[in-house]
Amino acid sequence: MQKIVIEPGNENSNYWKDLKNYRGLFYFLAWRDILVRYKQTVIGILWSILRPLLTIIVFTIVFNKLGNFQSGDEVPYALMVCAGMLPWQFFATAFSEASNSLIVNANLMTKVYFPRLIVPASSVIVSFVDFLISLLILAGLFIYYGYMPDWHILLLPVFMLLATITALGAGLFISALNVKYRDFRYIIPFIVQFGLYISPVGFSSSVIYDNPGISGIIKSIYALNPMVGVIDGFRWCLLGGGTQLHMNEFLISIGISLSVLIAGIWYFRRMEKTFADTI
Amino acid sequence: MEKTIIKVEHIGKKFVLRHQNQERYSTLRDSMAQFVRNIKNPKNFSKGSKEEFWALDDISFDIQQGDRVGIIGRNGAGKSTLLKVLSRIVAPTRGRITIEGRVASLLEVGTGFHPELSGRENIFLNGAILGMSRAEIQSKFDEIVAFAEVERFLDTPVKRYSSGMYVRLAFAVAAHLEPEILIVDEVLAVGDAEFQKKCLGKMKDVAGEGRTVLFVSHNMAAIQNLCDRVIYLKKGKVQEIGATKEVVSSYLRATAETESIDLSERQDRSGNGAIRFSAVNLLDQNHKQIAGFQCGSPGIFRITVNHAPGKQIDQLHIALGIDDEYGQRISALNNEATNQIFNGLKGNESYIDIVIPQIPLSPGNYSFVLYATVNHEIADWIQDAGQFHVESGDFYNSGKSLPTGQGSFYINHSFELHTP
Repeated sequence: MQKIVIEPGNENSNYWKDLKNYRGLFYFLAWRDILVRYKQTVIGILWSILRPLLTIIVFTIVFNKLGNFQSGDEVPYALMVCAGMLPWQFFATAFSEASNSLIVNANLMTKVYFPRLIVPASSVIVSFVDFLISLLILAGLFIYYGYMPDWHILLLPVFMLLATITALGAGLFISALNVKYRDFRYIIPFIVQFGLYISPVGFSSSVIYDNPGISGIIKSIYALNPMVGVIDGFRWCLLGGGTQLHMNEFLISIGISLSVLIAGIWYFRRMEKTFADTI
Repeated sequence: MEKTIIKVEHIGKKFVLRHQNQERYSTLRDSMAQFVRNIKNPKNFSKGSKEEFWALDDISFDIQQGDRVGIIGRNGAGKSTLLKVLSRIVAPTRGRITIEGRVASLLEVGTGFHPELSGRENIFLNGAILGMSRAEIQSKFDEIVAFAEVERFLDTPVKRYSSGMYVRLAFAVAAHLEPEILIVDEVLAVGDAEFQKKCLGKMKDVAGEGRTVLFVSHNMAAIQNLCDRVIYLKKGKVQEIGATKEVVSSYLRATAETESIDLSERQDRSGNGAIRFSAVNLLDQNHKQIAGFQCGSPGIFRITVNHAPGKQIDQLHIALGIDDEYGQRISALNNEATNQIFNGLKGNESYIDIVIPQIPLSPGNYSFVLYATVNHEIADWIQDAGQFHVESGDFYNSGKSLPTGQGSFYINHSFELHTP
């Protein structure tokens, strides 16, 4: 029989075991969010294609046609934007959903026990499903441009994992803060909007890395954004030899992603026991 | 074989009350400003208007396997906090609890129900939230649906359910949990009387199967019906533990002994404070303090109100709503309806008597809500302000005992026979 000891300070003892016991709830919450996401909408799941597709079109028209941005590599601009936009959209939705998830599920937090990590983690799954569907856009563009990805594409799951780690880590951190400081409700959309411009979505990282006019320090600072590593990785997988992976900066990004996840979990776990009191 | 299944040792739970900041959550700016102020002037660190409040204070008890334990106490005694600590929703500040077995807590029916999802989907979701595995829910599915009587609406989103159906479905899922320990908080305060009976019956069955039940309620009849032991909490401390009958009667005695219902400390009130209710006393026709009303006899609610300093009170409208133990509004006493609005009140406080020539309520426990407006603005409003008891009496002045279980009040009437 299961034995539980409740004491101040020992909240950790059963935590990871509980997380395993409650994995059913994790699936159910993810399943609920997926079911509910496009309820009472007319075009339903098409939204998960339409939103990134329209953004890609706008980016291509504004930056490529009007602003005369080039992909810098041997690939069509629209394809380059797409390979950056999909992981960015995934990050943006996963991050904002995870950050707001505790507040949205406040009634659960104050009425039942379960490891709270389940809530932001399951909300990331929904965005993951959206991402999988939006891959159809990429497939469409591949066909349109007659582009054939090479073996690099097999490493895509690795970079997807990296994107998930980044979104979850940041989401955990902000969701725990959001319980106490609702300011983050307003900060989150700002971070997402801001991030779109400092991440290489509309341009290629080589624009920065290969520019001799930009000092090494600036390049390193640029690489501190974990989404730089993720998006560069995506382009490297999908667009093959046409793009280069800048190893040093890439490793910085991975390091940041992992640190964000560890810090996120640490902070979340530390604040978790007070969630029901403060939410 | 007696086996201790829950062991609670010296549990305490502290809350910090902030008086200035009425908002439930602080803003980042406030915290940063506070931080800067504290750095500038470290002496101020402890100053802010904070007050520590022990919702639970040194609580200890043991519960054996198969016990059905009731937890009683007045509002704010710490009952709900205790259940939340036991169900691991909030962490205790000190002490230690050892629980052997799976705990399911039912602090609110329908937790996690999603309005957009169908009844079928919500059964699975709610089951998972309450800790059931998919296979478990699957095997109980038909039973749950039958208990809730919603077969025809299984695939309708629950937002289209009537509130009765919603509650039935929610309770049905919870009732089919099979944990070793079931923790229940006032679930019976919902639904119609018929369904409440069904719920109580179901909970008795659950307990009959050798499982341990912890049950918080204000409904003494339900407690006496269901529990064999009772823990009586008072101001965060254990006042008494023992057999249901003794503890319930000492609780009722204590409630009656409390000479007046003190409202001056209540925080859960709204209104602009032009007046504040500070106490309610029950009086008989000779203005003598009594513990409860008697059916058929005269009774008086004496309401003490404090005035906001230095102002004359005009257009004072007071209402007292009476609810039965299921929370249903039975009646309201209202000086607007009797056209007795008060004007020109001066001084610091006044007493307002509501005189009832003949108490028509059937024997039982009632709670009341107090509401006042001054100059058409809400001045004070307290939900569940207090409780009172009505004892059996000779309503019809006939020397016969009153019919019971035939409604919630008596109507003065007489029979006349006419033969042609």
